[in-house]
Amino acid sequence: MTDENKEENKDKEIKSDSKLLVKNKDVVVPGQILAEGFDFLPSYGTYRKDDKILANKLGLVTMEGKVIKTIPMAGRYLPKRNDVIIGRVTDIGMNAWRLDINSAYTAMLSSREVGGDRGYSSYPKKGSLSKTFHVGDYIFCKIVKVNSQNLTDVTTNDRGLRKLQGGRVLYVNTHKVPRIIGKKGSMVNMIKQATDCKMMVGQNGIVWIQCDPKHESTAVEAIRKIENESHIPGLTNRVKEFLEKQTGKKLDIKEDDEEIRGK
Amino acid sequence: MVYKKRLDGRKMNETREIEAKAGVIKKADGSAYFKIGKTWAYAAVYGPRELYPRFLQNSNKGIIRFSYIMMPFSGMGERVRPGPNRRSKEISMVSQKALNSVVDLVDFPNTVVDVVVELPQTDAGSRCAGICAASIALADAGVPMKDMVAAVAAGVVDNTVCLDLSYEEEQYPDYAKEKLDSEHVADIPVACIPSTGEITLLQMDGIMNKDQLIDAINLAKEKCKEIVEIQRNAIHEKYKYKINKKSMDWKKELGE
Amino acid sequence: MDEDAQENMIKLLSENLRQDKRGFEDFRDMTIELGVIETAEGSARVKVGETELIAGVKLKIDKPYSDTADEGILMVNTELTPLSNPNFESGPPSINSIEISRVIDRGLREGQAMDVKKLCIEAGEKVWMINVDVCPVNHNGNLLDIGAIAALAALHDTKFPEVDKEGKIDYKKKTSNKLPLKEDPLPVTVIKIGDYFLVDPTENEEAVMDARITFNFRKDGNLCAIQKGEDGPLTVDDIKKMADIAEKTMKKNRVIFEKAIK
Repeated sequence: MTDENKEENKDKEIKSDSKLLVKNKDVVVPGQILAEGFDFLPSYGTYRKDDKILANKLGLVTMEGKVIKTIPMAGRYLPKRNDVIIGRVTDIGMNAWRLDINSAYTAMLSSREVGGDRGYSSYPKKGSLSKTFHVGDYIFCKIVKVNSQNLTDVTTNDRGLRKLQGGRVLYVNTHKVPRIIGKKGSMVNMIKQATDCKMMVGQNGIVWIQCDPKHESTAVEAIRKIENESHIPGLTNRVKEFLEKQTGKKLDIKEDDEEIRGK
Repeated sequence: MVYKKRLDGRKMNETREIEAKAGVIKKADGSAYFKIGKTWAYAAVYGPRELYPRFLQNSNKGIIRFSYIMMPFSGMGERVRPGPNRRSKEISMVSQKALNSVVDLVDFPNTVVDVVVELPQTDAGSRCAGICAASIALADAGVPMKDMVAAVAAGVVDNTVCLDLSYEEEQYPDYAKEKLDSEHVADIPVACIPSTGEITLLQMDGIMNKDQLIDAINLAKEKCKEIVEIQRNAIHEKYKYKINKKSMDWKKELGE
Repeated sequence: MDEDAQENMIKLLSENLRQDKRGFEDFRDMTIELGVIETAEGSARVKVGETELIAGVKLKIDKPYSDTADEGILMVNTELTPLSNPNFESGPPSINSIEISRVIDRGLREGQAMDVKKLCIEAGEKVWMINVDVCPVNHNGNLLDIGAIAALAALHDTKFPEVDKEGKIDYKKKTSNKLPLKEDPLPVTVIKIGDYFLVDPTENEEAVMDARITFNFRKDGNLCAIQKGEDGPLTVDDIKKMADIAEKTMKKNRVIFEKAIK
């Protein structure tokens, strides 16, 4: 064996000391050791300490080749640009409304950002903002800007964005929103199909539903079921069975929801 | 050293029985209880959320606000008048500092993570139990943290370093029948980051020899590595499920 | 109040439905556990649906009030800490938590849960003072009723501690003597949403109620305390209907309670 080969073999020996201690979709907690050795790379939700990779958040393990990351399972919503969310008006100023967006941070909806859909006048006159949106109204809106201090600006000047009338509002775990919506909306459409409910899901963990009283609790239970069981494989089928049993309707799933990935 | 056998037969480095469970308070963002012997602590975490009054806000990162509360009937003797007192405020402060170095709230400027610890029953070691419960609750709430903090009280009785004194043991020299080497008792609460071995809480109440201090801290530190496994497990238990695969059927059985 | 939320709730109620599918006059499932706190002279943990409270009793010997020199003292305090509900604040109690605490206290004290004359040790000098503290751990509505049940159950669990010759209490030793309990007052709160009456409201239901009345009944069936709350007015007919509902519900709860304290 040449000297060169000996070096190569030594490298291979070092690499084979690497050990992965978890597998895809495992639930991991802060400080838990996910891998040993230098073969793996830490990413979101993980960090390297000496020769080990540890989790720094409660999450679901996701392996992408040699990169270990986690999908978070809990935590308050952090506003992100372009997210479509539901906010509740808490205050009315001269030129803007302040919204509670189920986060540590509030959002501002400027009077210039109203309009488009539903025929609101595009520029409500100064001082007459309360005629458009009142304190307590729920607004389906979109985040246009988040600054370094997480101060957030939203708009309703886009397709589908508007004040939500009537109905009922639920607060859900913001990290479960992708599963509640489903791939290309498959899960939320399945719930709508079964219960005939109107349903809007905000990325910030606020869900608005408007249902016939007979089906309201079924829709709510389906949403809670997704929240509680999202880490257990086979969720889509379980929800489908639950909805079929509760409503007597036969449902078809449009997309396989199993492989949804978060961040 | 007369104190060779502990009052309840435990070994010197043995704690009382520990029980921990996560997700016990439904409205909280994260929660847990932690029991060690008869000492029982609940913890609830709310946040990150808006922080008032504004002057407390830190524009670089979020802060932890810790609240240690004893239920009025939780003490060994008379009723404890409800409401904050100087002792509970001090315990709140040192507990908060015990957690500060593991928590990373740089993504949440100007916010607060409220940690509420409330104890229905205490029998020594209450601040350590509170910190253990709080760590589980913070992880349960999805707060970014490099590790959970574990805590346990070391102690010195009759010149012997041991772990997790009960209230009775702390009082032992007052009623011991046999002659002891030393009348002195010390209570040493210690909190530790298990993955680094760093100490984030250290207090001592009582009288002890300086040479015993490092032994006491090391004893506590070693035990913290075991305690953190119980804390981690409390969260794992919350998400456990049993798969019941019958033929190709997708029926899943959910564990408690 | 969120008017949309109330409108939605009334839509449900008009179809004879509640959010958790209960009957309008049904309590959620109740479990009562006694003796859960060893450091207390008596204790209980009560769960009704998702609402969970721990009540503990502490005794001490003190001077009686001058106008009731031969009577012991019973005080019930409900501590609404931030543990169970993000909207509770630490610091001085809000007026809502003060109301809850006082209504529960009055119901048990004026309802004569205890024969306070039997708590007298030396008239004018020494009487037993009984402190009950009710602490919520999980909150989903109806603290008024569930707190009172927890407090009463804790009183039933209580045993006198030993007192030495000098009159000093040894909290570590319990006698087998129980408290001189008397009337077992149990309250039922009935709420009104629109035209509908409900018992055992959840937090969502409390958020949209127009009015509520708490009726407190003694073991002999008599009323011993009443409290109307919230802003909405009630007709006399409303009150009559609510009292009837409360009485019916109280009887069912009393059966459950008596079984649990055996």
